[in-house]
Amino acid sequence: MTRVADPGELAALKTRLQEEGVGGGARIGVCATGCRAMGALELAQEFRDQLAAQGLDDDVSVVETGCHGQCARAPLVLVEPQGFLYGKIKTGDVADVIEKTVREGVPVERLCEQANGEAVPAMADIPFYKAQRKQVFRDCGKVDPKRFEDAIVRGTYQGVAKALTEMTPEEVISEVTDSGLRGRGGAGFPAGVKWGICRKVQGDEKFLVCNADEGDPGAFMDRALLEGVPHQVLEGMIIAAYAIGASRAFVYVRAEYPVAVEHATLAIEQARECGLLGQNILGSGFDLDIEVRMGAGAFICGEETALIASLEGERGMPRPRPPYPAQSGYLARPTTINNVETLANVGSIILGGEGSYSAIGTEGSKGTKVFALAGKVENTGLVEVPMGTTLRQIVFDVGGGVLGGLPFKAAQIGGPSGGCLPSEHLDLPIDYDSVKETGAIMGSGGLIVMDEETCMVDIARFFTEFVKDESCGKCSPCRIGTRHMFDILQRITEGEGEAGDVDRLVEIGEFVKEGSLCGLGQTAANPTLSTIRYFRDEYEAHINDGACPARMCKDLIKVWIDPAKCVGCRVCLTVCPTEAITGGKKLIHIIDQDACTQCAECYLVCPPKLDAIVKLTGREARELESLPAPVLYTEWRQKVGAAAGQPSEAEVE
Amino acid sequence: MLKQSRETEDLAPAEEILERFGSVKSDDLIPLLQQVQKAYGYVPPDILGYLSEQTGIPTSRMYGVITFYAQFSLVPRGRHIVRSCSGTACHVRGAKAVREGISEELGIPEGGTTEDRRFSLETVACVGTCFLAPVMMVNEQYFGLLTADKATSVLKAFE
Repeated sequence: MTRVADPGELAALKTRLQEEGVGGGARIGVCATGCRAMGALELAQEFRDQLAAQGLDDDVSVVETGCHGQCARAPLVLVEPQGFLYGKIKTGDVADVIEKTVREGVPVERLCEQANGEAVPAMADIPFYKAQRKQVFRDCGKVDPKRFEDAIVRGTYQGVAKALTEMTPEEVISEVTDSGLRGRGGAGFPAGVKWGICRKVQGDEKFLVCNADEGDPGAFMDRALLEGVPHQVLEGMIIAAYAIGASRAFVYVRAEYPVAVEHATLAIEQARECGLLGQNILGSGFDLDIEVRMGAGAFICGEETALIASLEGERGMPRPRPPYPAQSGYLARPTTINNVETLANVGSIILGGEGSYSAIGTEGSKGTKVFALAGKVENTGLVEVPMGTTLRQIVFDVGGGVLGGLPFKAAQIGGPSGGCLPSEHLDLPIDYDSVKETGAIMGSGGLIVMDEETCMVDIARFFTEFVKDESCGKCSPCRIGTRHMFDILQRITEGEGEAGDVDRLVEIGEFVKEGSLCGLGQTAANPTLSTIRYFRDEYEAHINDGACPARMCKDLIKVWIDPAKCVGCRVCLTVCPTEAITGGKKLIHIIDQDACTQCAECYLVCPPKLDAIVKLTGREARELESLPAPVLYTEWRQKVGAAAGQPSEAEVE
Repeated sequence: MLKQSRETEDLAPAEEILERFGSVKSDDLIPLLQQVQKAYGYVPPDILGYLSEQTGIPTSRMYGVITFYAQFSLVPRGRHIVRSCSGTACHVRGAKAVREGISEELGIPEGGTTEDRRFSLETVACVGTCFLAPVMMVNEQYFGLLTADKATSVLKAFE
């Protein structure tokens, strides 16, 4: 690998690689990160084999890229130069793609996104992408994260060249401060200010940590960045380390992210070989080395002081602040900890100037934000939008709306530290401050969409169980408070709720919030408090009526087959894990309530045109015995005749 | 106990790891234990005394760290680690039924290991593939959009 000794050589390398056509030309970009779970690696190999067999392997390169974003259509393949994005593609489709797209330049329609009944081949035209603004993720999915040359050709490290050789650390800090970049890990503290504090603290040795301990269930943008554009993250780290005066840095990444660990490790080696890490980077006199450290499975280690404890080889327990890590962090030295997404923004801020960055976003929150869109939404995936984009735009314009076209109930934002945004907040412009006003926090940007079948009490129980398990146990408000909150929530979802439980939850929740030592405890009650704030009636239905309005809490529902709709097709009968369903062909099925575990597998498989399986709750469930008894379908048909809208036997067959 | 264990537990992998580290600093403890776990499949309690002697880190601190972090296990685990995701997205898309299905098929509870040591079943807070919910990881491989049936049939491929 070519060593670059100064900015001139870096620019020359970029030019040379451009002339050689690196990163351009005809390419098949297979997402080999998230899409791996859907057979992307086999797919890439199939492309390679078939291209080679047809003698096309010199003209068309197969690139294993990072995330394209529209994960709902995994595995995704981007064919360049056409810019066609194919989804849900199988090895059997490869021949067609080569024949039609690579050779003739025309799309394979069946693999394209469908919008209003028409195929939309070009990525740029797909509604999911049109409503986005890709800044941090601009190169993700375009470059091969394992190839250093791909990053260089796209201009990565140009920001390093500018910062290290044309700017003083103070100038870097003021540029980033002026840009308005706020920490993307959750709290939203201004990144430049954080650097400035650490810069001013006296110390021979300082440290920078890239926090990739993305533990929020439901967030995966940091994973995607490290996997897809590791050099962009390193670029931000080098600039940040230069600004604060650190000569050693860490990438602290979850062990559950093996691909991110692999790509980050490789990128560091490449940068070192090329002289972008090590001694005298680009002739500036600045030295830096970066080391990857793997987390060991503790959510709390996303908290700054706990992360430091973990780096020091201790139990990951937070310490009281002050002193802040900027004053006394890793090995009691001044330490700055920045989130992956924050750092990934830095290179372009330095290169484009603060103005280019602060032009996007709202008054108090600049730039773009990446959201991990998941749950009951059509387009699950990673989306990047300007700060201030409304929830409606994110869920409906980008996300394509709620799965199956069902009504939107709420979105959970910010994971276990966040809260829910109900439909009345759909037009809320999302930024740090507006979200905080609703009682949630932006967090790292996990956005889980929920429909009418999601029980808000169960969601609160779910998050509270999570924080109860992940509480490190150091301070009692968090350790004991979350336990009590969980017990109460568990009881409510089991139908054992008592009068006064909701007020008790609020009381304990407020206490946990005020009394806890660190961010985990201080925000642990948010999911409960915010669901009580917006969905108190659901809590009351559970407690007072023994009813779960979303029909999700198993102890409060009964699954029942409506004999008027059942045609005896045996579909549900075969999936029931406890063999609780009896009946035969054309014999109306019946669920043995004693054997039924309310898993509702049958509910999911009952053909939609029949819609015969119903979840009952509250009084209906308790009075199940009084509902009509099953009869033979054929007998029943004879008795009532063909009801309107009821499929005939032939149709069911 | 220690003496006996040295006869039963092969120290060679631990020696090799220590050699690679050279001098072990206090803050190397977690990476050290991670490598031990990788080599042995778990952290054998019997070798902690040896590690302590060699590194000067007290065993009490090692126990503290091992029991704090979910990744470490003091008991032998299966050849294949099944991590069923219990993250938010997986939860709302029915991860519990998937987990129960796997648990039933393998005949072990969460945190358990099959008698033949073929599988260990664990839950994980989130593996970051929420778009494929519900998800599980088998070793370092991801499997998404699962049902209980699909999950159990995936497992058949792991010997």
